[in-house]
Amino acid sequence: MNALLLTAVFGVIMMLSSFLLTSKTAIRGLAVSGMVIVLAANVLEMMGIVFFKIDTKDMIAFDRFSLLFNSIVFISTLVYFLLSARDMEKVGINYGEYFALIFFVLCGVTLSSSFHSLLILFLGIEIISIPLYILTGSDKRNLKSNEASLKYFLLGAFSTGLMLMGIALIYGATGTFSTNGITTSPTSALVIAGMLLLMFSMAFKVSAAPFHFWTPDVYDGAPTVFTSFMATIVKVAAFIAFMRLFNDEFGSLQSRWQLLIALITAITLFIGNITAVFQQSVKRMLAYSSISQAGFMMMAIFAMNADAREGLLLYSAAYCLATIGIFAVLMKLKDYSFDGFNAFAKQQPLLAATTTIFLLSLAGIPLTAGFLSKFWMIKAVAGTGKYLWLVIFAVLMAVVSVYYYFRVIQAMYFKEGDGQTIEASLPFKWTLVLLAGIIVLLGVFPNWIIYWLYF
Amino acid sequence: MSILGLTLFKNVSYLQFHADWISSINSSFSIRLDGLGQILCLLTAVAYPLVFISTWKTQYKKSHNFFALMLLMQAGLMGVFLAMDALLFYFFWELALIPAYFLCSQWGGERRIAVTFKFFIYTFTGSILMLVAIIYTYLQTPTHSFDISAFYNSSLNNSSASWVFWLMFIAFAIKLPVWPLHTWQPDTYEQSPTAVTMILSGVMAKMGVLGMIRWLMPVLHLSFYQWGDTVSTLAITGMIYASLIAIQQDDLKRLVAYSSMAHMGLMCATLFAETQSGMQGVMIQMFNHGINIIGLWIVIELIEREFGTRKISELSGLAHRSPAMAMLFVVVALANIGLPLTNGFIGEFLMFNGIFASAVTKYYIVFTVLAGITIILAAVYTLNMIRKVFYGETNSLTTAGYPLRLNEKMALAIIVVLVFVIGLYPRIFLNMTQETSEFILKKAGVGGLFGQ
Repeated sequence: MNALLLTAVFGVIMMLSSFLLTSKTAIRGLAVSGMVIVLAANVLEMMGIVFFKIDTKDMIAFDRFSLLFNSIVFISTLVYFLLSARDMEKVGINYGEYFALIFFVLCGVTLSSSFHSLLILFLGIEIISIPLYILTGSDKRNLKSNEASLKYFLLGAFSTGLMLMGIALIYGATGTFSTNGITTSPTSALVIAGMLLLMFSMAFKVSAAPFHFWTPDVYDGAPTVFTSFMATIVKVAAFIAFMRLFNDEFGSLQSRWQLLIALITAITLFIGNITAVFQQSVKRMLAYSSISQAGFMMMAIFAMNADAREGLLLYSAAYCLATIGIFAVLMKLKDYSFDGFNAFAKQQPLLAATTTIFLLSLAGIPLTAGFLSKFWMIKAVAGTGKYLWLVIFAVLMAVVSVYYYFRVIQAMYFKEGDGQTIEASLPFKWTLVLLAGIIVLLGVFPNWIIYWLYF
Repeated sequence: MSILGLTLFKNVSYLQFHADWISSINSSFSIRLDGLGQILCLLTAVAYPLVFISTWKTQYKKSHNFFALMLLMQAGLMGVFLAMDALLFYFFWELALIPAYFLCSQWGGERRIAVTFKFFIYTFTGSILMLVAIIYTYLQTPTHSFDISAFYNSSLNNSSASWVFWLMFIAFAIKLPVWPLHTWQPDTYEQSPTAVTMILSGVMAKMGVLGMIRWLMPVLHLSFYQWGDTVSTLAITGMIYASLIAIQQDDLKRLVAYSSMAHMGLMCATLFAETQSGMQGVMIQMFNHGINIIGLWIVIELIEREFGTRKISELSGLAHRSPAMAMLFVVVALANIGLPLTNGFIGEFLMFNGIFASAVTKYYIVFTVLAGITIILAAVYTLNMIRKVFYGETNSLTTAGYPLRLNEKMALAIIVVLVFVIGLYPRIFLNMTQETSEFILKKAGVGGLFGQ
């Protein structure tokens, strides 16, 4: 509750700041300190200190799971601000508004991670989406950005329609919006149809195949600084909503949707990984990589057990931090192709080393958080005792992913070239080093996150 | 040197260390030094100084990175040899791989990037399949723990045990390598910097053998028995295949690479015979093969450096100008093919004895004879190579000759001394490995199966 209200308040404050504050440094400082306050408030709530006592009529449930997830999101956003806030200046003149929109997105994330009613889910997803349509098109003079925004808006609106239809059908069958689980007549056509519609619309939001077609174009067309935000924080938020929905509301129907989710998972892994192999631009490769990572996170939806919940949290943290790091480095480059990374290690040894750690984490190499999160996913699916082919398929796809992640490492370290000259400030470098350190530490001591879920 | 001292210290005292790691899934940081670990840690501890001494004069670009990665790889190797927790084992397994990737890609030959990438993809595929197997076995353990003693008690049914067996076996077979999963090996050995090749072939290949002994044989003993003949056939096919290719080779590095593959195949075949003497033979041979092959690489490295070629057809009569090198090399090469008085003989004799005495396979005579043929083939390609490279007339290229440097002489001399010491007095190693191999065979249930 703390974070929900504070993110909304800071959204308004940031909006006002754009005409009250003239200096960009001041706006940036305000945004970062706002993020710190939100994070602190959320951590306090995890410790049992709630600032606002509001009776939500059981429509929102701030349990340990959602609070922990919110903390992960806020930490990721804080890191994102520290690394990339400066790059938002290049997008356009509405510097304060960008931060305002991001805070509104976070407000939506808070809602969709803790809903206990289908209405709140819808609200949360919409509050996330609408600012994103704007952010995607924020590079107003760039045709690609405009196209991406329009595409995202049209398809997003369509999937929202599906979601509303699904909610309506479920309401018709159960007579309530509360996600207490389907108890009456689980086989009725209303329930099944509603469940499928909700599944498809959520699959669209997390860009799982075959609902992924918007992802590469939108991620590629949007300004890179916002792609970073969309591909990480927004995506994992949609996953948490997906998980909550299918755990709370449709948990009793697991045997009915499990095969379908398994197929979606397999197709997502296949398409994401195989297509990423053929990309020439690192930015587009990362878009497809986000699809393939979504495939791995889908495994948690599939398994839906205690391991899956722990794993999804760990995965969110590992994936967000690593991807934000890579995008932060990518933004500094002018040439986004793989060749643009040639001899990067000679030019910027520190940045190259941290980028390598991020890539290793995404590829799931041990001693990084990425490995343990994949490990948890595999364990969750293997724990169901069924669909062992899915596990083997997933790890083979993880091997494919090594191919395209390592292409960047090869270019940085082993290829000859001039190396692009980039300016990177000292705090930027140290933040990256800190981030890489967190990823390695999480890869060795995952208990730090999981402990918070249970204590 | 301090590393050597540290590990030797580790070897004399029976060390065990246990600490909680990821307690929520019952994985602990648990390492213990048994006989198998002793012999392999000793090998690592001997191999690293040898490698560094013999390449003392080699100049690397960014040498601090090179040595850091080498030592990181050593940490990974030692960890693999000591880990008694499956997840920890997997961690170290990968920790040894990553530095190898960077070492080969950064400092290797001209085709290094593609070749190393193939190597990496190969081994990564294997290891991640092994991870699936580990997780699956873990879920079947009664206490839900990654500890090796829990793995001994896992209750896998027969068909899933077969699956798990193959998933794990592929990982180990790629490291050995066992035919037909070997295609990364000759290229990688050829393209890597020699110091790394020494470690890859001398020490890292042993990770696969260790995996089979410690994690496959006692844990999945029924499948190990069930698929024994299949695997032995693969291994022996690979031995003959590799030996025949080695005879055709003109490149010294590739010749040694293929000979190494043949020797590792023999170890694999012997393991699946599941006998006491075979098992001890494998453990001793791991050490012997490790140091012998390092000796061979040392000489090949300096031939290449001095004469600018590794082609057997272009070299001739080296013995006239540098008799010391020829003598030391011949000793090591003969040890490699297992001539009596050398360490190779002890290992190979025990292994052949093991295969022949095997109670778990009906085809022990066939296996022994076919494996024996590869010894003859090994003699063919080794002696042929020695004759062409070291004897005969000197040609325009080799007439300049080349005296051994002090550090190379030292490294080779240490190896030759070890060759003879183990060849004449193998008792130390026999004692070291006896307890462990008895324990593992008991876990593998060979005695129970056949009333021995």
